[in-house]
Amino acid sequence: MEPILNVKNLTMNFGGLKALDTVNIAVEKGQIAALIGPNGAGKTTFFNCITGIYPPSEGLVEITPPGKPTQKLNGLKTNHVTEKGLARTFQNIRLFEGMTVLENVMIGRHCRMKSGIIGAMLRPSSQKNEEKKAINDSYEILEKIGLDQYVNEMAANLPYGAQRRLEIARALATSPFLLLLDEPAAGMNPQETKELDELIVWLRDNEDLSILLIEHDMKLVMSLSDNIHVVDYGKKIAEGTPEEVKSNPEVIKAYLGDESEDA
Amino acid sequence: MVTIREIKQSFFIGLWFMVLTFPIMVIRVDTIKHIVIFRWSNLMWVGILGFFASLVWNYFLRRKEEKKKTDTADDIPIVHRLLQNQKFKTPFLMALALFFIAYPFIFPMYHTSIMISALVYVMLGLGLNIVVGLAGLLDLGYVAFYAVGAYTYALLNLHFGISFWLALPISALLGTMFGTILGYPVLRLKGDYLAIVTLGFGEIIRIILENWDELGNGPRGIGNIPAPSFFGHQFGQHDSVIYIYFIVIFLVLLTIFFVNRLENSRIGRAWIALRDDEIACQAMGIDKVKTKLTAFALGATWAALGGVVFAAKTSFINPMSFTIWESITILCVVVIGGMGSAIGVIAGALVLILLPEYLRAVSEYRMLVFGALQVIVMVFKPEGLIKSVRKIYKFKKVEE
Repeated sequence: MEPILNVKNLTMNFGGLKALDTVNIAVEKGQIAALIGPNGAGKTTFFNCITGIYPPSEGLVEITPPGKPTQKLNGLKTNHVTEKGLARTFQNIRLFEGMTVLENVMIGRHCRMKSGIIGAMLRPSSQKNEEKKAINDSYEILEKIGLDQYVNEMAANLPYGAQRRLEIARALATSPFLLLLDEPAAGMNPQETKELDELIVWLRDNEDLSILLIEHDMKLVMSLSDNIHVVDYGKKIAEGTPEEVKSNPEVIKAYLGDESEDA
Repeated sequence: MVTIREIKQSFFIGLWFMVLTFPIMVIRVDTIKHIVIFRWSNLMWVGILGFFASLVWNYFLRRKEEKKKTDTADDIPIVHRLLQNQKFKTPFLMALALFFIAYPFIFPMYHTSIMISALVYVMLGLGLNIVVGLAGLLDLGYVAFYAVGAYTYALLNLHFGISFWLALPISALLGTMFGTILGYPVLRLKGDYLAIVTLGFGEIIRIILENWDELGNGPRGIGNIPAPSFFGHQFGQHDSVIYIYFIVIFLVLLTIFFVNRLENSRIGRAWIALRDDEIACQAMGIDKVKTKLTAFALGATWAALGGVVFAAKTSFINPMSFTIWESITILCVVVIGGMGSAIGVIAGALVLILLPEYLRAVSEYRMLVFGALQVIVMVFKPEGLIKSVRKIYKFKKVEE
C-alpha cells in the first residue's frame, strides 16, 4: 500500500542556508510517526514546507488519502492543503484569542462548510442547518478532547494545557486524515503530558487518523511512536523503531556530541 | 490612599502645566494699546487645577489596575448584560424605538438634522467595523467609498434623472466593486503598510474628483441633488428632513440586522480568525484572499449607502466633504466605540458626532473637551466604550 504521506528529496533553501537537504520521509496509514532532532534541525521548516507555508525549493510532497488516488501537494496554498486533509498545530500556540473555545473549533469546520455572504445575511434553511451541524460537530469534538466544560470561555482565558488541547481539537475539526503536531507537549507538566499521550493514541485508534509529531520530550516520543525519523542540520540521519533509533550511533552523536571531538 | 510620591508627582505636573501654558494663559498682548498684560492669577489656577487633575487621574488609574487584578474574565459590559436579560430587553427596546420615532416631532429641525448625520455615521461605523474591527485591516481611506456612493447618486441623477431609491442599490453595487478593486492590490499588506496604501487610495479618489472637471464640476461640486421622493411625491423642506430621518433609521436597522448576522456566521468567524492570527487562519483552511476581499467589499458597500443618504440630505456635494479627516472620524467612531462591537460602534457614533454639536454651549473649549474625552476613553477603556462580546451557545446534555 502507498504511504499516506510521501515526501521525496525535500530541500528548502533560505538564501544560502540549506534548512532542509534532500529529506525523505514516508508516513504509513494508522501510524504514529515522530520527527525528532536537536534545536534548529529543520523540523518545523519541514512542517511549513508540506503545509504550504513555505514553497519547497526542491522535492516532491505526495499524499494518498484513504480511498483516493495519490496527489501532489507542492505549490498548493496552505488552506488548500488543509482542505486535502492535512491539519496541523503550532509550536507556539496560535489560537484565535478573540473568540470562544467553541468558535475556535468552528473555524476548523470552515473549509467543510459552504454558505457565503448572501447565505449569512438572508439565512436560508440550508445555511441554518449547516450552521447547526457545525455547532454540534464542534461540540462533539470538544467532548471527545475533554474541553466541553470550557465551551463558551474565551480561548485566551484557558489554562495552558487546555489551550494545547484546543489546538488539537481545532485541527480535528477540519476532518483530516493526517494530523501534524508541532511539539504538542511543550511546556506541559508530567500529568498533562501523560493525558496527551493517551489522547494521541486514542485519536489514532478511534478517529482513523495517522499522526506525525515533532517532539522534544523523549519519553513521550519513545512510548508513542511506531516509527521515528531523526534530522540534524537539515539532513535526515536515521529512521526506525524507537529501539533502533535509541542505539543508532549517528543519533547519539547528534544529541550528545562526538566523543572523539571532545577528547 | 494617596501616597507622598503621588503628591510630589502631582506637584511637579502642576508646575509643568504652569510652564507649558504660560504663553497662552498668562501673557496677553494688547495690540491696540501696545502693551503686554501678565495675568498672574491665571497661572495660579492652572497650577492648582493641574495638581488636582493629576491626583484624580492617578486615583482612577490605580483603581483600574486593582480591578484588573481582582476580576479576570467576567466583566461583560452592562449593556450586554441588560440585553441578555429578557425581562428588561423588551421594554428597553420599546422605549428606544419610541424615542427614535418621536424624536423628529419633539425636537426642532436642527436637532433632527444633526441626528441624521449621526445615524449616517452609525452606518459608516458599522461598515468600517467589518474591515477594521472584525477583519483587523486598518483602512484609512474609507471615505473614498463614501464619496463613491455620494457621487454615484449625484451624477446618475444629474445625467439620467435616476431617483434616490434606484441609486441606493446601484451605489451599493459600485461600492462593492470599488472595495474589491482596492482589496486586490493590498492583499499582501497588513498593519501600518495597509494603512498607508488605503490612505493614498482615499486621497487619490478625492484628488480625481477635485481635478476632473468634466466628471463632477471639480471643486465647485454638484448642487440641486433632490431629496428622496415618496412614491413620486416630493415633500417640502421641513417634511423632507423628517422623511430622510426615517429612511436613515430604516437603513441603520437594516445595517444592524445584516452586520449582526454576518458577525456570527461562517464569514464573520473567518474575519475574526484572520484578525487574530493570519497563519493559523490559513492553516485552518480559510482562504485569505477571499476573506480579505469580502471584508473590503462589504465594508465599502455600507459606506456607499451612507454616501447616497449624505448627498440626498445636503443636496450639494463637493470633494471637500470627503477629506482624510472624515476617514479619521469614522475610524475614531469604531475604535472609541469598541472594535468589533456593533453596539459599541453605535454608541461611539452617537457620542462622537452628537457631542461636538451639543458642546457648542462651551463653544470656545468645544474641541478641547472633545479631544480630552477621547484621550480619557482610550486610557481608561482601551477596548472601547462597549467592548465586543461573543455569542454564547447553549447545549443541553442528553444523558442516555
